[in-house]
Amino acid sequence: MPAVDPPLALLAELTHRCPLACPYCSNPVELERASGELGGEEWQRVLREAAALGVLQVHFSGGEPMVRRELRTLIAEAASHGLYSNLITSGALGGEREIAAFAEAGLRHVQLSFQDHEAANADRIAGLAGAFERKLKFAAAVRAAGLPLTLNMVVHRQNLDGIAEMIDMAQALGARRVEIAHVQYYAWALENRAALLPSRAQLDEATRIVEAARERLRGVLAIDYVVPDYYGVRPKGCMNGWGRQFLNVMPSGTVVPCHAAETIPDLSFPSVRKQSLADIWYRSDAFDRFRGTDWMPEPCRGCDRREIDWGGCRCQALALTGDAARTDPVCALSPDHTLVEAALGEAAAAAPQPFVYRQFR
Amino acid sequence: MVGSASTLKLAPHIVFRFDETRQRWIMMAPERLMLPDEQAVEILKLVDGRASVAAIVDTLAARFNAPREEIAGDVAEMLQDLADKGCLADAGR
Repeated sequence: MPAVDPPLALLAELTHRCPLACPYCSNPVELERASGELGGEEWQRVLREAAALGVLQVHFSGGEPMVRRELRTLIAEAASHGLYSNLITSGALGGEREIAAFAEAGLRHVQLSFQDHEAANADRIAGLAGAFERKLKFAAAVRAAGLPLTLNMVVHRQNLDGIAEMIDMAQALGARRVEIAHVQYYAWALENRAALLPSRAQLDEATRIVEAARERLRGVLAIDYVVPDYYGVRPKGCMNGWGRQFLNVMPSGTVVPCHAAETIPDLSFPSVRKQSLADIWYRSDAFDRFRGTDWMPEPCRGCDRREIDWGGCRCQALALTGDAARTDPVCALSPDHTLVEAALGEAAAAAPQPFVYRQFR
Repeated sequence: MVGSASTLKLAPHIVFRFDETRQRWIMMAPERLMLPDEQAVEILKLVDGRASVAAIVDTLAARFNAPREEIAGDVAEMLQDLADKGCLADAGR
């Protein structure tokens, strides 16, 4: 086992409750109910332990983290330990008063999601009438509080053609950065895959627009672009490697290396209710299981990209092949790559599909 | 464009600080951690919203007893790169 470095970032998923119902939500299909959530003081302890462990950045996320009344206290706790704090929000709750209080408590940055650049389609995707209008107001409140703003736009077959307008909108709202991320197919998104996977032609056009905008807006608006890995040749280096830089504390206190890891059946994930973050990071089977390269099968083991891709994504290997320890099938070298090609063919042939919206089941 | 008369400061979403755990200077942006090398650290410490780029070059040339043109090239290249990434803001002086 290689030497383990301290983690860089903590994703604090404060709750799974959210006013939106996006059909590609990255939360698990089995959502945690309010009664199972960690308390505010437990979260304060998690933040203290994270800072002591060497974590530098904390992302307050969910669900919608603004559902939690303790959020301001948690931001202040993070700031008191020198943690760089980022709020990942739908912008559908709260406004000027809350944002001003967060800024004063030491929040450094806000990442605000939009489902499209125009209200009707955006609200349809979010499953909430009026959400788009609230988000516009929220963006203005973020800028009024002097906080830097990143827009997060999740793109797919049903909004991808508006990508140029999305970039214009980011600029008009005073964002310094826009993150355009193609849907990743786990959990809810996997259920909705046929409704969401773009066509090759759609993708190529979107990529062309993003590249031109990047050039034109250099130094004005940074554009981060996450391509859909189903169309890639090599897999993404998921989380920059299992248990290498990131840890994710779920609403219940369960700690995972990435937000979908709990889907892996034969792994038992530790909880901050029972163990310290340091024990979990340095001394748990769950974090050791796919660390480094020793666990890798061929063709990963002998691949010169093994410390770039890290074998791709364990959860995607599981979701598509039933075995988390296989090479990510999106890699063209994977023996299971035909599964990805089949999914693309299926989506291209499919008639328009209705969404399965995210909800407590 | 960053010129020798420019006066720059770190953009509000950037944090540049010493990290005790790793015993090195780090620079943080949302979703990004940068690990500036020793030369970049010396330059960044002087980006304070008051000193012009020319003044930063003077300070470094004196401190390291190095040719001014060489330092000026390195400083301009690094600051332009950071400005393009949105890490620097014009301090307007």
